[in-house]
Amino acid sequence: MITLDAITRSFGSKHVLRGVDLVVPTGQSTVIIGGSGTGKSVLLKCILGLIEPDGGKITLDGIDVHEGERDAFLARFGMLFQGGALFDSFSVWENVAFRLLRGALKRPKAEAREIAVEKLRRVGLSPDVADLYPAELSGGMQKRVGLARAIAAEPEIIFFDEPTTGLDPIMAGVINELIREIVTEMGATAMTITHDMSSVRAIADRVAMLHAGKIRWEGPIAEMDETSDPYVQQFIHGRAEGPIETLR
Amino acid sequence: MNAAALSRPLAALGRATLALMAATGRLSLFVGETLSHLLRPPFYLREFWLACLNIGWLSLPVVGMTALFTGAALALQIYAGGARFSAEQVVPSITAIGMVRELGPVLGGLMVAARVASSIAAEIGTMKVTEQIDALTTLSTNPMKYLTVPRVLAATLCVPMLVGVGDVIGIMGGWMVGVNRLGFNSATYLKNTWDFLEFWDVGSGLVKGAAFGFIVATMGCYHGMNSGRGAQGVGRATKSAVVAASVAILAANYVLTEAFFSA
Repeated sequence: MITLDAITRSFGSKHVLRGVDLVVPTGQSTVIIGGSGTGKSVLLKCILGLIEPDGGKITLDGIDVHEGERDAFLARFGMLFQGGALFDSFSVWENVAFRLLRGALKRPKAEAREIAVEKLRRVGLSPDVADLYPAELSGGMQKRVGLARAIAAEPEIIFFDEPTTGLDPIMAGVINELIREIVTEMGATAMTITHDMSSVRAIADRVAMLHAGKIRWEGPIAEMDETSDPYVQQFIHGRAEGPIETLR
Repeated sequence: MNAAALSRPLAALGRATLALMAATGRLSLFVGETLSHLLRPPFYLREFWLACLNIGWLSLPVVGMTALFTGAALALQIYAGGARFSAEQVVPSITAIGMVRELGPVLGGLMVAARVASSIAAEIGTMKVTEQIDALTTLSTNPMKYLTVPRVLAATLCVPMLVGVGDVIGIMGGWMVGVNRLGFNSATYLKNTWDFLEFWDVGSGLVKGAAFGFIVATMGCYHGMNSGRGAQGVGRATKSAVVAASVAILAANYVLTEAFFSA
């Protein structure tokens, strides 16, 4: 279980997170929604230690994330980045097996390749793709490779940062289904940030809405449509009129 | 003129000084962190060899061409200058000493700065803006160890070798002009060169090369790691890396020359 307690983070005079309190239950898929620039990615990066929060406390299974061995902590996580973040200089299989080719989880090269090909197959890519380079792949294929890399070391917790951004609706649907299937079969704890409502409905067990630097609403996906919170209602229905200010 | 108007230039000077001090502090911390990782595992040998190939082997043509033409031009200049007081015979020795002590390391360092610091800054900067550096961290790989240490180590080891090769090519450039244009006897030219050079003439140039290599890779990595967002951010990082590396090479060259040769 990941617990965020009063997390704050500012960039210069811009206060992005103003005291975020959130619990991400083990084995469930939590989706954070919110407009662009509300700090969803910052929140995710604070948990991973990629950005240092100004205040507050983040714990994983009751232990402060700053305590203990950092490599062991990170080994529990997998992450799919918004743009894939694949390494240009490595082939697809080397990207997928990156963690298996170095560090504590290092395996023989042949075994690492075998695992990479298996993970590629799991995300719907044929073994032929393994020796291509990221620049030779379409956006959808890059996302799948990113997903294969995120699950390669079978992490307990997987983060998805805008998994469907930039994809056509059909490919977005495919990625959503894959995420749902993989998270369910691995029994992993998932945390996704998105503003794509079709993703939310496909992936989420629980939903939390981030607005003005705080969690505005959170609850099970089944209760999202019924909530009377005007902010949530405006956001999920994509209305221009409402309490959330929009620039025109 | 009121007090506020008078204090404005002072305030601007103060801000610039503080910014310079802050940048120097950040760079010092970066260098300290790089050095602290040099001796601690894990070591990424593949990255190190790739960096050696890119910084050393692939810089050879540009460093070699620079040395060749510089040595040739130097021989012509020394001949013309020496002729004013009937000292044309110093061409081989002065060309050699000029190449190995100064022009070989400095021009080699500057050419490597132009080629390598820019490429490192652009590569790491692009990795930063496309979240590849964040991805490295989430894959339990320290970006400093994986990206910076191999490049800095490779540059520190390879640039002296480039300088050594450049010295030889530069002296050969002088020899070609001396023999074919200025009428020197080939064997005499080479003997004069060999007899005149001392070990420390060459050694000091190689030490300078190591220092310049360290500067080039450090500046490339530092500016890449601190790149701003988007294409403009990466472009600015690349430009800053080349400018900073070039200026630092020239400044370090003066300091090292003072240290090695001041009476």
